[in-house]
Amino acid sequence: MGLSIAVASGAYGLSFGALSTAGGLSVLQTCALSVLVFTGGSQFALIGVLGGGGSAVSGTASAVLLGVRNMVYGVRLAPLLHLRGLQRVVGAQLVIDETTAVALTGEATGGELARRAGRFGYWFTGLALFVLWNVATLVGAVAGEAVGDPRRYGLDAAAPAAFLALLATRLDSRPAWATAVVAALVAVAVVPVVPAGVPVLVAALVPVVAVLAGRRRPDEATS
Amino acid sequence: MTTPEWAAVLATAAGCYLLKLAGLLVPERWLEGERTARVMTLLPVALLAALAAVQTFAVGGHLVVDARVAGVAVAVVALVLRAPFIVVVAAAALTAALLRAVT
Repeated sequence: MGLSIAVASGAYGLSFGALSTAGGLSVLQTCALSVLVFTGGSQFALIGVLGGGGSAVSGTASAVLLGVRNMVYGVRLAPLLHLRGLQRVVGAQLVIDETTAVALTGEATGGELARRAGRFGYWFTGLALFVLWNVATLVGAVAGEAVGDPRRYGLDAAAPAAFLALLATRLDSRPAWATAVVAALVAVAVVPVVPAGVPVLVAALVPVVAVLAGRRRPDEATS
Repeated sequence: MTTPEWAAVLATAAGCYLLKLAGLLVPERWLEGERTARVMTLLPVALLAALAAVQTFAVGGHLVVDARVAGVAVAVVALVLRAPFIVVVAAAALTAALLRAVT
């Protein structure tokens, strides 16, 4: 599991660095994103919106909204990790998809040994990925800058493909499929009428509306 | 340091870090509600689907069908075949690049 995560993340970091500088950010800005943001989906969202002509505000909003899932991970990790003080300040940056998956692998079996393995896995995976992610970003960023027009190399098709690949792992239920299809349709539908970057934010309302509407049905049935 | 790009980079960094930290700090019951949990699960799905769709079809405020669509279609095939991430991304780029080179 560790090696496959490392290979995938290295490739993902290379792609990010290349797309970021090909899309208009500097090498320094690209590397700053990987060090300071360190959550791939949000980084891709920001460069995607900015590269598509969206404003800094809509780019930031998309990226931060996509980062909300890390808060959910943090809530689940807190009782396992028992972080305090400086450990928590540093450890928080490592709360991402991969570290959460590794840390919670042994959760089902319970037991103190599994919890210790989970804590070790969290720190080891997190720190190793942090190094790998940032080295890969730098290499990709320098390569991306050398590319020139990103369209010539099809990099503008690589970005949506990357989002689809991230999405694919989450399409594990009927509501997830329905949300994905409706969100995509809504976003595309509003492209001509709202500023660049905003369609993604409009689509973020889809699950909120769906869940609120879904709750009303049982109430109506009982009344 | 005051360009819009830097502002976006730093604001995204601050927002994403504070969310991670908040998760470690807030009591578990804050996110326990069934509706909250469902929105939290589906939010990244909606965002990723919208980002993929917009980046496949939009150029600024216009909808366009170009080489990207073919690239993404190939990516979908690669995903169905359970290809690794880098293969999916590279297949999309290569398809779009080849299509542009021959047209």
